[in-house]
Amino acid sequence: MADRARPEVEGAGVLDAQGPAAPPRRNGELVFEAPWQSRLFGLTMSLHRAGRFGWEEFRTRLIQEIARWERDSPPGAPWSYYERWQASFERLLEEKGLCAPADLGDRVAALAARAPGHDHRHGESED
Amino acid sequence: MSSDHRHAPGAPDIALRVEALESLLTEKGLVDPATVDAIVRYYEEEVGPLCGARVVARAWVDPGYRARLLADASAAVAELGIDGPQGEHLVVVENTAKIHNVVVCTLCSCYPWPLLGLPPTWYKSPPYRSRVVREPRAVLSEMGLALPHDVEIRVWDSSAEVRYLVLPERPPGTASWSEERLADLVSRDAMIGTAVARPPDGRSRTA
Repeated sequence: MADRARPEVEGAGVLDAQGPAAPPRRNGELVFEAPWQSRLFGLTMSLHRAGRFGWEEFRTRLIQEIARWERDSPPGAPWSYYERWQASFERLLEEKGLCAPADLGDRVAALAARAPGHDHRHGESED
Repeated sequence: MSSDHRHAPGAPDIALRVEALESLLTEKGLVDPATVDAIVRYYEEEVGPLCGARVVARAWVDPGYRARLLADASAAVAELGIDGPQGEHLVVVENTAKIHNVVVCTLCSCYPWPLLGLPPTWYKSPPYRSRVVREPRAVLSEMGLALPHDVEIRVWDSSAEVRYLVLPERPPGTASWSEERLADLVSRDAMIGTAVARPPDGRSRTA
C-alpha cells in the first residue's frame, strides 16, 4: 500500500520539505509508518475496548510521557510518537497488573535469541 | 539527524518490544491477534477523512444542516451515520473571509478520529504542537498556506473533553456542484485548518 519507502523513525520537523514529517499535501498518507506501530495501536485499542482501562487513563500517561521526553531528551534526539506511546502503554500495563516489566524483559530476550532467520530486524519490511 | 535509530548503539529495539508484548498478552488471553488485526484494518482502511468531508459538503449545500452542525456537532454528524468522538464533545469551528481556524493538541495527539481517521505524523510532532500556538501564521505559511494579514487566526487546543473540526469555506465556482463532488474538494488538512478547500480546478483527491 505504500507508494514510497518510509523510514521507521518519525521526524522531528514540521517544516521538513520531505521525509517522514513532511506535511502531506493530500489525503492518503499512511496511517502507520511501520508494522510495529499498527500492532501497538491495535493492542492498546483492543485492551481498552475489552474494558481493561479507560481511554483517559492511557491518555494521561501518554501526556506525561511526551512531556517527560520533551523535558529530558537531549537536543536533536530523534522524536518518535509511537515510542512514547509504547512507554506509556508498558507503564499502564504494569500499573494494571496486566504485564510485569520482568516478564516483558524475559520475552524480549527470548525473541532476540531466535535464529537469524527469525530476526525481524532484517526481515520486517516497512510497508 | 540519524536516519535509523534501530542500529544506534544501545537503542531499544521497539519492534521487538511490541512483538514481545503481543505474545505475552495473547498467552494471557487478554488480546486476540485477530481482533488486533481487525482494529488495525478498520483504522487503516475504513475510517478516514472522507467521513469529515461528507459532513463539510453537507454543511455547504444545506444551511439548516450547517446551523445544526455549528450548534451541536456530535448530533449533526450522527445524522449522517457517523459516530462522534467517544466520550468527547465535538465542536465544529467555521472559517470565514476574516477568520481562519486551526486545530492542535498541545499535550498529546487528541483528534476527531471518527471524522478524520488517525492523525498524520506532523500533527503529533513537537514542533507543530508547540509552534502553531505561538506563531500560527508562520507555521501555516511554512505548510503552504499563506493567509492575508487581515485574516484572524484562531488556534483551538484539543482536550480530553473537546475535539475540534474546521469547517472550511466553500470554494468559489462550485455553485452547481453535487455534495459528492464537493466532498472531494475537502482535504484532511482543510479540516485541521492547515489548508483550505481545494479550488474546483485543483487536483482531485487520489487516495
